[in-house]
Amino acid sequence: MSEEQIFEQVVKILTPYVKDEKALASISGETNILEDLKVNSARLVDVVLAFEDEFDIEIADEDVDSVNTVGDCVSLIARTKG
Amino acid sequence: MTSQEKRVVVTGLGVLAPNGHNVQEFESALRNGRTGIRHNPEMDEFKFSCQVAAIPQGIEELCVANFSEELLMSMNCAQRYAALAAVECWRDAGFEVPSETDDEAIDWETGAVFGTGIGGMETIAERVAPLVNERKIRRLGSTAVEQVMASGVSARLSGILALGNQVTTNSSACSTGTEAVIEGLYRIRAGRSSRMICGGTEAATRYIWAGFDAMRVLARKWNDSPSKASRPLSASAGGFVPGAGAGALMLESLESASKRGARIYAEVLGGSINCGGHRSGGSMTAPNPLGVERCIKEALSESKITADQVDLISGHLTATGADPKEVWAWSRALGRPAEDFPTILSTKSLIGHTLGAAGAIESIAAILMLHSDFVHPSVNCEDVHPDLVAFEGSIPRKAKENEGNDIVMKASFGFGDVNACVSFQRWQA
Repeated sequence: MSEEQIFEQVVKILTPYVKDEKALASISGETNILEDLKVNSARLVDVVLAFEDEFDIEIADEDVDSVNTVGDCVSLIARTKG
Repeated sequence: MTSQEKRVVVTGLGVLAPNGHNVQEFESALRNGRTGIRHNPEMDEFKFSCQVAAIPQGIEELCVANFSEELLMSMNCAQRYAALAAVECWRDAGFEVPSETDDEAIDWETGAVFGTGIGGMETIAERVAPLVNERKIRRLGSTAVEQVMASGVSARLSGILALGNQVTTNSSACSTGTEAVIEGLYRIRAGRSSRMICGGTEAATRYIWAGFDAMRVLARKWNDSPSKASRPLSASAGGFVPGAGAGALMLESLESASKRGARIYAEVLGGSINCGGHRSGGSMTAPNPLGVERCIKEALSESKITADQVDLISGHLTATGADPKEVWAWSRALGRPAEDFPTILSTKSLIGHTLGAAGAIESIAAILMLHSDFVHPSVNCEDVHPDLVAFEGSIPRKAKENEGNDIVMKASFGFGDVNACVSFQRWQA
């Protein structure tokens, strides 16, 4: 699976949680999930569970702590998938 | 505080009932004596003795039309019902649902007392218990707590409507909905808020109903004829029909309602809440008749009305052995013998017992009967209970129109020996 394909799926999973539609329209790897997309931080655990289900992976809690941007998600998923 | 400020009126209604998904549908169902009780295949599959239930049907479409995908993922059944009823009530009162991201939308003058009898039981049974037992704690995600915390139902309404006054969940078993209305009345009267969304909700889940089935308090003999299963006041009453749904009432100070030119359905004259103390026949599951009578009398005096002014009684009347005792308690409390007794009916005959939502949905029915001047039929009591033969003339078996009823009393009595009684008067501008 290419990083572009992962990016597309990540955006799809994040979309229901996004509170800033403008930021969603111009979403990129640099987009910050909490600050730009205004996702409720409590919902990040649901987003991570959705990544695990979608990509059939397990994400360690300590890896989640270092995720800030959409790009961070994509590289974490690509790395975990191996 | 002037006397006008202390008057409280109803300016909005919202309902998700087993026989109607909004106020208009509900009123039409009541008028036509349309039941919301159906055969329940799941209760059959899980070997319940009672296999009929009263559940709002096909609400998925309504949910999708009203709520964001994130909200839908985070709400359980009781919260969805509560949210749908409250949104209808909010709009009915003349307000617009604010944007989730509009920080200016917060309404510091509106709060909510929105109760539930049982709460997030299906979340506990379907998600929390299985996942914890499988040692999959993190799979619970972020929504388990907000679904099982008792205050989740009222907190949800604050999030959707940006309510900034007191937002709380009350829980007093089957008197929850009526208690919520009275608590809202007290808060507005005390001058602590202009408006309160008052109501109750209860989920449709076999996990709630199983305990009642085990107690043998559900209707077991009418599985093949659901519309006949809820039989309050009858000789053949053999238990209540479990129900689900939500009702929401916008209570508002008359001052606030007048200022903004709101449509008024009725005035909330007064109410009383008490407990029988589990003495003199009262227990966790039975009411102390002295407590019931005292509650009705206090509601009368708190409403500043006399017993002869009461035109209509919307009883608790669940279709158990408690029905005759309740009617006689009304008669003693009001000092009105059978020959001078007001009309008395059970909304549960049409929608079953919606538990924590019952007082709210039935209060809405009571208010609609005043506002639109009709009386809905209390069905399935052709064979009136032998102890109630003297009261037969007070039970409307068929709908009535243009009765000119002015004052209705609504009471709910719940497990724990708790009682709540409220009175509404038709609004004449």
